[in-house]
Amino acid sequence: MTLDKLSKGESAIITAIHANRELKNRFNSFGLVKGARISVEERSLGKKTIRVRINKTRIALRSAEAEKIEVKA
Amino acid sequence: MNDVAKHQSGRKIIKVALVGQPNVGKSALINSIGNARLKVGNFSGVTVKKEVVRFVRGDYEFKITDLPGSYSLTDYTIEERVTKKYLDEDEYDLILNVVDSTNIERNLYLTTELLALNKKIVIALNMTDEAVNEGVHINEQQLSKILGARCVKTSALKKTGIDELIDAIIETYNSKLPDLHLQFSEPFEEEIANIVDFLQAKKFQCKISLKALAIKLLREDRQAYQRFHEEPIWIELLPIINKAYQHLYLHYGTKDLEDIFNDEKNAVAKGAVAETVVFEKDNRLSLTDKIDALLMHQVVGLPIFLFMMWGLFQLTFDIGSIPMDWIDAFFVALIDGTKNFLGHTELASVIADGAIAGVGAVVLFLPNIIILFFGIALLETTGYMSRVAFLLDGFFHKFGLHGKSFIPLVTGFGCSVPAYMASRTLKNDRDRLLTLFIIGFMSCGARLPIYVLFVGAFFAEHHAGNILFLIYISGALLGILAAKILKMTVFKGKDEPFVMEMPKYRLPSFKLIWHTVSGQALMYLKKAGTFILMASVLVWFASNYPKQPELEQAYQIKIEQAADDAQAKALSNELALSKLENSYLGMIGHASEPFFAPLGYDWRMAVALETGLAAKEVVVATLGVLYGLGDDITEQHTGLIEKIRENISLPAGISFIVFVMIYLPCLAASMVFMREAGGWKYLGYLFIFTTVTAWLLSFAAFHITRMLV
Ligand SMILES: Nc1nc2c(ncn2[C@@H]2O[C@H](COP(=O)(O)OP(=O)(O)OP(=O)(O)O)[C@@H](O)[C@H]2O)c(=O)[nH]1
Ligand SMILES: [Mg+2]
Repeated sequence: MTLDKLSKGESAIITAIHANRELKNRFNSFGLVKGARISVEERSLGKKTIRVRINKTRIALRSAEAEKIEVKA
Repeated sequence: MNDVAKHQSGRKIIKVALVGQPNVGKSALINSIGNARLKVGNFSGVTVKKEVVRFVRGDYEFKITDLPGSYSLTDYTIEERVTKKYLDEDEYDLILNVVDSTNIERNLYLTTELLALNKKIVIALNMTDEAVNEGVHINEQQLSKILGARCVKTSALKKTGIDELIDAIIETYNSKLPDLHLQFSEPFEEEIANIVDFLQAKKFQCKISLKALAIKLLREDRQAYQRFHEEPIWIELLPIINKAYQHLYLHYGTKDLEDIFNDEKNAVAKGAVAETVVFEKDNRLSLTDKIDALLMHQVVGLPIFLFMMWGLFQLTFDIGSIPMDWIDAFFVALIDGTKNFLGHTELASVIADGAIAGVGAVVLFLPNIIILFFGIALLETTGYMSRVAFLLDGFFHKFGLHGKSFIPLVTGFGCSVPAYMASRTLKNDRDRLLTLFIIGFMSCGARLPIYVLFVGAFFAEHHAGNILFLIYISGALLGILAAKILKMTVFKGKDEPFVMEMPKYRLPSFKLIWHTVSGQALMYLKKAGTFILMASVLVWFASNYPKQPELEQAYQIKIEQAADDAQAKALSNELALSKLENSYLGMIGHASEPFFAPLGYDWRMAVALETGLAAKEVVVATLGVLYGLGDDITEQHTGLIEKIRENISLPAGISFIVFVMIYLPCLAASMVFMREAGGWKYLGYLFIFTTVTAWLLSFAAFHITRMLV
């Protein structure tokens, strides 16, 4: 399953990140790494943009980016 | 201590590089240490270029370079490149790493990278006040030991720990570079040890510690390899490194060294936190979450934002108009007083009709400016800014803009100059150029006076706020539409990822707001007293010269022969007007009249727009001088708003507003635009693009309004 499939309020563990080097580094530095728990806090209308939380960091990203993050419940 | 840099006064100079993740309070900390006035705001990417702050403490002079925040030492965006480049290439004595105590694990990720540089380093555990409130307890002594660098708890807000931090910097500066303390996982450390052992056996000499060097080699650091290529031991070293790689690949199950190193950095950060930080209470719904549940709600979030914007413009008018009346009355009295005092002379005219009228017209709008900047300051300092970027991203995306563009665009409502700078946070050059091109559509603070003037002249008071709101919104929508067109034609390309941190909400301190707003207000006044003053006098001269003695004589005779007072007055008005029309300014205005005539402007409005290319405030100053001069001198002076209403028709007024909304920003902004966009040719494009758009839309506005009224 990928992150964009989670609905509001759900959380999951990251199992893999399939992004290019740059984006992956950015994710990593936000604490988005394999094994981290991530939860979806809000989705915008039309599900274009989602707000997630990882540890103490709140991050906004698009569904297109969320698709690159694989998670398991 | 052989060749330390010394000041003439014998003080030692300590050069500090200020590094940390975005929004951790780097700039705020320097403001409280060094009494500086760096820009502070509650979102990532406030500081976009390096800035040096100097101050003296005891025997030492500090030169602290505030750098843009970076999540890690990459070159993801321009501002992060600034930081990386500075750390790699510039000279500095030590790194001051600022860390957000409430989010320490993620912050230590960067700290790990900094430690690996093997430079002298001091760590400020900032936001201690918040950490205490949130029940985060850090054992800083323990942490110092683990990281091998002095850690000091600070709060830029409460000004605590500042002296301790200074002491730690001085101590670290005076002690020698400690060994690298960084402890990675066992397999990684083993490989490092192998390399270090070999280098030691070879008695290899190096500026940084051998461990740091070994880490660089394992990370495939280009510079390290280039250096080694010329060393004889390279031949022997190569197989050792190769073997190390094989071991690491096997152990981590990947051949991506960066992944491996990122994992290691995370493990180090996690380990350090586990040993030194106690989280007292956790996972209760924080205040930020509660506020976000409302403000970022998928349905009501956007309407709330629009409502707040609308409220701001209502305030701009309702509250702003109260002191405006006083200021207006004051300047009218001042002009009359000056003329009464100095009599009917050239000097009286240049002071009263030139300097005072021009400057007064600009100062008149100070209250509106203050309210607008207050609104922007709230947006910047509370943390709401990034939320709105989130809310608008979907909409922006449809028009080819990046959600992050919202930040420079909002900054543009204050002033275009920092807005152009702020677009550096956009990663992709195409996104950045696109944003640069449409920032001008966000009406800057200097255009507000023009709107207030014209809206005040043509609309009833209770509508004024709404009209103002409408002007700003339609400007913004036009900009977004322009973005779509540009994206489809010039800046084609694929979309960049949108990943953005949402900071926690912070109640801005009174002082922070005061600093921001008063700074802007002072700058506005200063500009009025210098640049605008000069421009006004210039406009006065250009509108009073060349002198026309024949014309004056001819009229003088006519006036003396006039049948009654009314006719005499009409004649002297006619004289004043034709003098104006034959002045230098009149000539310029008439020359450009054909271009502006289809838009419904008389030559005076045309001139005002032209002088507005220097600065938008000059538009009202010019109008103030030009419409003031046409008046009979003995007559009671009326306010500027009255004069606009008497002299300009509604369709022409609206068309004027539209033109002002779109055409080229001021000279200073244009120069910054050129620098940020990367060349004259872009300024040329911008000029053509904005002028053509402004002309066409003003033309439409003029004719549509004329049909309607
Ligand atoms: N409570 C509290 N707030 C702080 C402290 N230090 C900074 N802040 C707030 O944190 C926010 C960020 O401060 P800045 O100084 O702009 O952060 P920065 O690290 O310079 O950010 P960038 O320039 O974007 O990298 C502002 O809203 C500050 O008011 C602190 O010690 N305590
Ligand atoms: Mg800063």
